[in-house]
Amino acid sequence: MNQNNTLTFAFMDPPFESERTITFFRLLDSALDMGVNINVFAYEGAVALGFSRQQTHGNGMHKRDADEENHPLTKNWITSLRDKAERKKLNFEWINCGLCVDERGVMEAIQACSRGGPADFWRCAANSVNTLTIGTR
Amino acid sequence: MKILQVVQSAYRTLVEEQDDTIIWLCENLHCAGADISVLLTGNASFYAVQSKTQPGVRIGDWVQTQPADITRDLANLAEFNVPVYVIKEELAERGLLEKPLLPGVHLMDRRDLSGLYDFFDQVWQW
Repeated sequence: MNQNNTLTFAFMDPPFESERTITFFRLLDSALDMGVNINVFAYEGAVALGFSRQQTHGNGMHKRDADEENHPLTKNWITSLRDKAERKKLNFEWINCGLCVDERGVMEAIQACSRGGPADFWRCAANSVNTLTIGTR
Repeated sequence: MKILQVVQSAYRTLVEEQDDTIIWLCENLHCAGADISVLLTGNASFYAVQSKTQPGVRIGDWVQTQPADITRDLANLAEFNVPVYVIKEELAERGLLEKPLLPGVHLMDRRDLSGLYDFFDQVWQW
């Protein structure tokens, strides 16, 4: 039996446009539930998932202020997954593609995200039992 | 200017935005003075018969407290007297024809679609 319990994910979609984003996060959450160490390589638009300046807002059509609306922010999901991994003593490494960050000007990432590049992606993939790539469609 | 908003992509980023972003946009366009109608087509046909709020999602410790409520959003359009149409054949293809339509949703035959389009100055396909 292969004792390697690390999975690497590469993801390309930005926050707030695609239903693939929530599916991706649910996969990460489920992987942690299964006791799996996680590496994420955020590529292209996905580097905005951890942008620290994301802010909640109220919604007049929903008749709720910002607190009541409790708008989902992907940066909070990343932090929540990192905290869950720590509690379960699992590794959770999130790498933003640095060139993609520069293109988009989203340099201010939350603490749970680090800056890297394709070489880091390869390092993660080479040390994982498998790699799931979720490209933009 | 009369505009028909054609909503085809269903459940697109519903979790993150806590609504369907185009339905929400339609509500706002109406409030801004636009003369709009909405056609639910393709998989968005399901919105016409949806009766439940989306289940809240949990990511790690983060728990969603205000999941999308399509029924509420379509009720808003009905309250605004914004006509909403759905095509009978598309409901039938998905096994949804027997389900009750939400208030304010009008059932139409596919053969009447070109006539509906002719009624509008612009058609915006989402």
